[in-house]
Amino acid sequence: MIDKQVADCRAAIDGLSSGHTIMVSGFGGAGMPRGLVAAVLELAPKDLTVISNNAGFTTGDISDWLSAGLVRKMICSYPRSSKTFVKLYREGRLELELNPQGTLVERMRAAGVGLGGILNPVSAGTLLGKGKPVHTIDGKDYVLETPLKADFAILRAKRADRMGNLTYNKAARNFGPVMAMAATTVVAEVDEVVENGGIDPEVVVTPGVVVDRVVVGGHA
Amino acid sequence: MKTLSREDVARKVASALPAGAVVNLGIGMPTLVSRYVAAQQDVVLQSENGILNFEGLPDGQEPDYDCIDASKRPIAVREGGAYIDVMTSFGLMRGGHLDVAVLGAFEVSAVGDLANWWTGDPQDVPGIGGAMDLACGAKAIWAMMEHTTKDGRPKIVESCAYPLTAARVITRIFTDLATIDITPAGLHVREKVEWISSEELQARTAAPLTF
Repeated sequence: MIDKQVADCRAAIDGLSSGHTIMVSGFGGAGMPRGLVAAVLELAPKDLTVISNNAGFTTGDISDWLSAGLVRKMICSYPRSSKTFVKLYREGRLELELNPQGTLVERMRAAGVGLGGILNPVSAGTLLGKGKPVHTIDGKDYVLETPLKADFAILRAKRADRMGNLTYNKAARNFGPVMAMAATTVVAEVDEVVENGGIDPEVVVTPGVVVDRVVVGGHA
Repeated sequence: MKTLSREDVARKVASALPAGAVVNLGIGMPTLVSRYVAAQQDVVLQSENGILNFEGLPDGQEPDYDCIDASKRPIAVREGGAYIDVMTSFGLMRGGHLDVAVLGAFEVSAVGDLANWWTGDPQDVPGIGGAMDLACGAKAIWAMMEHTTKDGRPKIVESCAYPLTAARVITRIFTDLATIDITPAGLHVREKVEWISSEELQARTAAPLTF
């Protein structure tokens, strides 16, 4: 029988290596998989490219990876709230690829649903759209954005069943569903794992077919 | 010069929201508006991180940090509310499903250009968040900001010095001194605080005003 639960957060990130690209769910602290973030810090792969909305805040989040020198590049929309990020960025020690938040989302979605890119009106005519191909459709300019995929995605959900079907808590859902579609190995940290049948198929938010591992984490 | 408090400006914005409108409040000062939207206004507030139909956290209610607004402050979801993922949330913006977006601003130009994500200084970390998506898709886009910078420089200008978030999108500006419409004929003052003269307001604004 399929059972995607693994013993602990360390086992859940098995295979994560230096040079990998990793997606991390969360908007602020909501949806941040703190147990998995701590496990990555302990494993200490180097030269990571991290895709997440923010670049952490204080500690217990991506800021810790930045401080430990694990990250080469951040792809995000709003890194400004992380003091660690600000310091390293000013010292020229971190690469930044800034995307409007909705563009970040749709680029991941494109990767997850098999599209070669998207035509997006956001950023047309601005510095963030500069250098990207523009297509004009019915008189409106659209910027061509490329897909964004990752080797790993680490997510915070509320409940999983053995199949890996997920439900979330409130707005902690945020980036979980799209990241789950866009990474090779998808790991969900959850409050509890229930037997199959314990989640009504009508309320599944992320289908288990795209989730590879689930682990019961600490409470945020 | 005495100015309106942020809360006073938030009250003005809240009372200007049309009945039944779907509204997004941007990061910073605009998120304060949620406290002052009355239930009987039937306004549906969207938070970009995936919440529809919320209100400011009532006094004494236990915060849940999985239920936060764009500024990461805990809020309360109303009955009839919904949680959505960011694909749906940003789809609502670009897809034209929002009636009003209220955004903070570094600068707004006389034709409605908005700059609110970067000063262009290499030592300053840029942060765009959802601002460009909102500025691109909402039916009406209002700016909410101080009238001048801390050192007294006008934030309403002939043309923005900072990189643009979007061109020609702002139709109304709420500041701590006035409410100004951006019309094809230029900047028109709808309302100003009673203690400032038209001349004094013009002196704090780097583009011509009509009254």
